[in-house]
Amino acid sequence: MKQDEFEPQVLAFCCHYCAYAAADLAGTMRIQYPPNVRIIRTPCTGRLETEFFIKAFENGADGVFVAGCLEGGCHFTSGNLYARRRTEYMREMLEELGLEKERLRMVNVSAAGGHLLADHITDMVETVRKLGPSPLNTNGCENKLETAS
Amino acid sequence: MIVAERKRIPELLNIVRAHKKVLVLGCGTCVTVCLAGGEREVSIISSALRIASRLQGVDLTVEELTIERQCDNVFIEQAAEAVERNDAVLSLGCGAGVQAIAERYHNKPVYAGLDTTFIGILEEQGIWTEKCAACGACVLHEYGGVCPVTRCAKRMLNGPCGGSREDRCEVRPELPCAWQLIYTRLKEIGQVDRLRRVTPPKNWRRSLDGGQRLIVRQDHRI
Repeated sequence: MKQDEFEPQVLAFCCHYCAYAAADLAGTMRIQYPPNVRIIRTPCTGRLETEFFIKAFENGADGVFVAGCLEGGCHFTSGNLYARRRTEYMREMLEELGLEKERLRMVNVSAAGGHLLADHITDMVETVRKLGPSPLNTNGCENKLETAS
Repeated sequence: MIVAERKRIPELLNIVRAHKKVLVLGCGTCVTVCLAGGEREVSIISSALRIASRLQGVDLTVEELTIERQCDNVFIEQAAEAVERNDAVLSLGCGAGVQAIAERYHNKPVYAGLDTTFIGILEEQGIWTEKCAACGACVLHEYGGVCPVTRCAKRMLNGPCGGSREDRCEVRPELPCAWQLIYTRLKEIGQVDRLRRVTPPKNWRRSLDGGQRLIVRQDHRI
């Protein structure tokens, strides 16, 4: 796959109480962000297991993006803090495996952070674009994202 | 319970890279509780091995299975078909589990995926501490239930050593002084007089001496 044809596929786990609402707000505010993310709504980022991240990479995701509530603002008190530790654990494991740890990132946004979430997503997609396709992404050019109709 | 830690993925890949098909075999008992070798860790380590092998161009197929106990033949039998299908077994059991699997399936290479570390307890979420060294001659009754063999850095039976600072061990200041714990505990239970007794040297022949230790109960033999 040529670099200029590469459209990263980024899996985004978004907390129902903040980032998912922020993504919704971004839509309502007509803020543009790259269509490379596939958002999965989670009840809380504390629901995320390290297993979810590694399965995503094993199945060819170019990047995994976790967006939880601001620290201190978790609906369930501390789920986002657990998610932060699990993300860090998996980032270390990615390095052990030989994948770049930058392919996995966690950010904190509030439900009012439509602009901020869009910025984070844009930055994540551009980071992954620079890293190039995941060596585990075997779909090649056919995987190029269709533009939203 | 037995506490273990996973080996790093590059080391695991090196261990199994000579084989094409590997069974990652978990254990549902101690190593599940210490989050090192249960069903979830089997899933994570298997995925990690698949990813690492693909990145390094190693031809490797990984199958996953977790049995209830790797140190018990009744459960080991449940892995027979999966072991047969694969070229080697990467056991995520403790050292006893690895050896039990190897003894049962004598024509298959069986490798250890974990470093078995100690007998201990879950102190709090995510923290395990060593409590017992399995020395074979327990002295806990003499020391208020605090083990000087395991918890004193100098293994002193007639302590304290005099080097502790503010209740902390002088060898590893992040740890409490075991002899401070012993004194406090004996005082709480009204047995501080025990410390007046001089304990003779411990019989270490019941520990790691003379090879594998064995317990025979004739009353339970059939």
